[in-house]
Amino acid sequence: MSTTNYIGKPTSRVDGPAKVTGAATYAAEFQVPNLAYGWVVSSAIAKGRITKVHSEEVLAIPGVLEVFSHENVPSLAWFDRNYKDDVAPGGSPFRPLHEDKIQFNQQPIALVVAETLELARYASSVLRIDYEEEKHETDIEAKRDEGFEPGNGKSGWMPPPPPRGNPDKAWEEAEHRLEHEYVHGAQHHNPMEMFGATVEWRGDKKLTVYDKTQGVVNVQNYLTKIFGLSKDDCRVINHYMGGGFGSGLRPQYSVFLAVLASLELKRSVRVTLTRQQMFSFGHRPHTLQYVKLGTNPDGTLAALQHHALHETSQFEEYTENVVNWSGMLYQCENVKLGYQLAKLDVFTPQDMRAPGAATGSFALEVAMDEMAAAAGIDPIDFRIRNYAEEDQNAGKPFSSKRLRDCYHQGAAKFGWDQRNPQPRSMRKGNRLVGYGMAGGVWDATQKKAAAKATLTADGQLLVSSATADIGTGTYTIMTQIAAETLGLPLEAVTFKLGDTDMPEAPVQGGSWTAASVGSAVKSVCEAIGEKLLKLAQKMEGSPLKGASPDEVEFVNGQIRLRQDPDNAVVIRDVLQASGETKLETDSSATPNMLKQGTHSMHSHNAVFVEVEVDEEFGTVHVTRVLNAVAAGRILNPKTARSQVLGSIVWGISMALMEETIMDHQFGRYMNHNYSEYHIPVQADIHDIEVLFVEEEDDVVNPLGVKGVGEIGLLGVAAAITNAVYHATGKRVRDLPIYLDKLL
Amino acid sequence: MNPFTYSSATAVEDAVRDNASHEGAAYIGGGTNLLDLMKENVARPTHLVGLNKLPLTSIEPTPEGGLRLGALATNADTAWNEEVKRRYPLLNQAILAGASPQLRNMATNGGNLLQRTRCYYFYDTATPCNKREPGSGCGAIGGFNRIHAILGASEQCIATHPSDMCIALAALAATVRVSGPRGERTIPFEDFHRLPGTTPERDNNLEPGELITGLDLPAKGFEKNFSYLKLRDRNSYAFALVSVAAALELDGDTIKDARLALGGVAHKPWRDQEAENLLKGQPATPETFARAAAKVVESAVGQGSNNFKIELARRAIVRALKQAAEGSQHASDVFLNSNP
Repeated sequence: MSTTNYIGKPTSRVDGPAKVTGAATYAAEFQVPNLAYGWVVSSAIAKGRITKVHSEEVLAIPGVLEVFSHENVPSLAWFDRNYKDDVAPGGSPFRPLHEDKIQFNQQPIALVVAETLELARYASSVLRIDYEEEKHETDIEAKRDEGFEPGNGKSGWMPPPPPRGNPDKAWEEAEHRLEHEYVHGAQHHNPMEMFGATVEWRGDKKLTVYDKTQGVVNVQNYLTKIFGLSKDDCRVINHYMGGGFGSGLRPQYSVFLAVLASLELKRSVRVTLTRQQMFSFGHRPHTLQYVKLGTNPDGTLAALQHHALHETSQFEEYTENVVNWSGMLYQCENVKLGYQLAKLDVFTPQDMRAPGAATGSFALEVAMDEMAAAAGIDPIDFRIRNYAEEDQNAGKPFSSKRLRDCYHQGAAKFGWDQRNPQPRSMRKGNRLVGYGMAGGVWDATQKKAAAKATLTADGQLLVSSATADIGTGTYTIMTQIAAETLGLPLEAVTFKLGDTDMPEAPVQGGSWTAASVGSAVKSVCEAIGEKLLKLAQKMEGSPLKGASPDEVEFVNGQIRLRQDPDNAVVIRDVLQASGETKLETDSSATPNMLKQGTHSMHSHNAVFVEVEVDEEFGTVHVTRVLNAVAAGRILNPKTARSQVLGSIVWGISMALMEETIMDHQFGRYMNHNYSEYHIPVQADIHDIEVLFVEEEDDVVNPLGVKGVGEIGLLGVAAAITNAVYHATGKRVRDLPIYLDKLL
Repeated sequence: MNPFTYSSATAVEDAVRDNASHEGAAYIGGGTNLLDLMKENVARPTHLVGLNKLPLTSIEPTPEGGLRLGALATNADTAWNEEVKRRYPLLNQAILAGASPQLRNMATNGGNLLQRTRCYYFYDTATPCNKREPGSGCGAIGGFNRIHAILGASEQCIATHPSDMCIALAALAATVRVSGPRGERTIPFEDFHRLPGTTPERDNNLEPGELITGLDLPAKGFEKNFSYLKLRDRNSYAFALVSVAAALELDGDTIKDARLALGGVAHKPWRDQEAENLLKGQPATPETFARAAAKVVESAVGQGSNNFKIELARRAIVRALKQAAEGSQHASDVFLNSNP
């Protein structure tokens, strides 16, 4: 019997106690001596020029150390490529304090550094800035006809595949047809923890940078390229993150400004942003989508067309995969997908949980519901009639796809058969009741990642990788993988992350960390295991002599023969017998392109929702949600469930509440605080159930995992929209579904 | 936030004197709104007079048979007070519909009356606002005004008063007790808050340096037939799009006395006595309620994004009166989610 099987077992967060006791230290909390404080001054206009920064008035205040602005920033790297971080989109990256030009509202235009935080804040509030305003355009409605197809997008972006079949003719000739526009506004990530960086000046241009980021390596690359630092002199650390959701994929201007000030003042500097400033950078872009569907008399799709237009900045071409999913999720021979950007005077959008897919699946899955209703077919039945057995975009089979089981198991558990298909047919007192469903698809990606492992003579294993844990449970699953691979108790394993002194790992995003870093951790632990076996075989009278690595297993703190488990050696004894104080090695895991290249690799889900809507007031309550997810092997059902729960709450938010409201007179977001940018509170969340559909996949990666960080969000907003239609008979196609849209 | 000095008073007269002796001073109780305003540079007091040591936390009967709420009793202590729950359950419901438990634990009764509007433009110093900076203009008119006023607005300001508690106080016809440099006085609740007119910078009729010391509730509490109905974008920690405090005194099916006040629709708690008169002496029927509702929204004007509030208010009034007539709401110890 094995007591060291951890993979697939619900396991509490190993970092939980540190977080709830306050022992976990976040970027802006590190205590360093002789710290100065920077406060960012944000532009009050959307477009124009700064004609004067009245620094002298502020510098006269005792305790104010410096005012940095374009007027006095030293000469830094010249070329755009130096400012391009690892996940930058095409175009010219924004350079803080680089010039007098203002390109978006709330643009950082000065940094006031003072001896105390309070003084820096006060001084920044009285810093006068003179502007020369220019006419701005922040409304995508004005750019409907000026959409363009992006050039080279950021890594991971795929232009839509070329049309297949004859989508226009097929649509014209279809039995049932629909065409509608679907819209959602800008949304901001709003993690609880504000962006901030503490830069410790270690003398002579040597820095330790504690930064809020989803990728310390990305930040290090960015800073060293701009400020001409060597990597040895610019160590970047992030052990804990109070939420990221994609906002921390790119280096934030807070870390740029803190490093700039530190190098200039030759002392340690901290810069933290305010909640309002959390609305001054990347966001899920305001997107207009147009969907045309046509069906044959048998309920199969005759034609599918999906076009998206979303905002980007004037200086970068932000791209995300919005429409591609529509060519993949359903079987259809006549498909046309389009994707365009429009430049506005705003900051560049930024990946936000399930970027593109959350947007695209909303439009597609509401349109599918509309078509099911028009054709008189149950929405689940309609989807199964159009089930894609292979990825038609790529012309490849799926490595695994248990979406059908998501539909069936989810429907059964939810009680879909209790649904009267007629809209407005179910009610409870003043409330109309509706059931809706939708689904989605997300990438299963593995990226190259490395890890290091050290096993000491006391039987303790330390594993590290420069990855991040943005709250997803990385610490925990990596500890599980390492412990199981070497047959050690969880308590004997420590996993560390978030430090550029550790082996390199990609930014944490795209749901690829479990697959990528997990494979590296497995690989490095296997390498330690091989070393252990060799040492064990040298022990006097070793029962493992002559055994190949395949013939032994690491279980319960022992190395033993698979065929004869009684022949075993205790791992701690091996090191002690060998006289070695420790075994150490590093290893990286790269995707097996040979295996993966021939398959399309994705996770899938189906979401079922019950809503109650007050008939007279249009207030929507999401009373039940069931999310059935097929995402390969689930390493830790407890943290994985938490991921999906969080996604569902976010989906409710996207459907009913979330929208960053731009006043186009001022080109400025107006609800830039937690009070008016609404996300759900406890009272908005009711019964939620997560169902993981078993799915085996030996193609995606050695662990068989697909990642669960994003798949849970897909289809949630659409399912709610569909349930609201079922309850009320009203079809809302622009999110969020405020009560006024149902009056 | 600008630099400021701080003192703490232990007697009302000292607080008033201290306030008067500092140019640009402000009183601070729970600080749940003022501190935010200071951080945003909307309020820039140079001196704060701390009130939390003043002996104004009690809730006691008045000689007239009513109840006196100390200005420094917290919103939470007021809502949970046994007399409030028994005699003024409308007030209990309204308080619990507002803010969050954490805020209600800090916020005081006096401060509740003085909280500023939540208009986006008022809070953002990069935009014009006649309330924050008289004469600078109004960003909300012609801007994003989904949460703004439909009643009693002016060309200078369309902001709304954000309180829930005050809507119940308006319906209950409370009296505000104040102390100031010129002594003590009382202000009927209806006359406490102002409409914006040409002076939107003034939210209320307090004279400079005056301090709220308490609130007197009259004997009549409408404890049998009342309703506080709040419609908002999420089920807690959101300001009202429209809220309605309805209170009825019934004689069989006939309405003997009625109170009707709305929140989220005007620069002040909007009590409509004409609508109340349409209810009095009438049978408690949907038709009667609809007439009163029509009266309230008769003069309502939308600003664009908030046009929906007119119909929403009409429907909310009818529902609240119906709930009040049914006697279906009760004071709660735990805030049960009574959102429609």
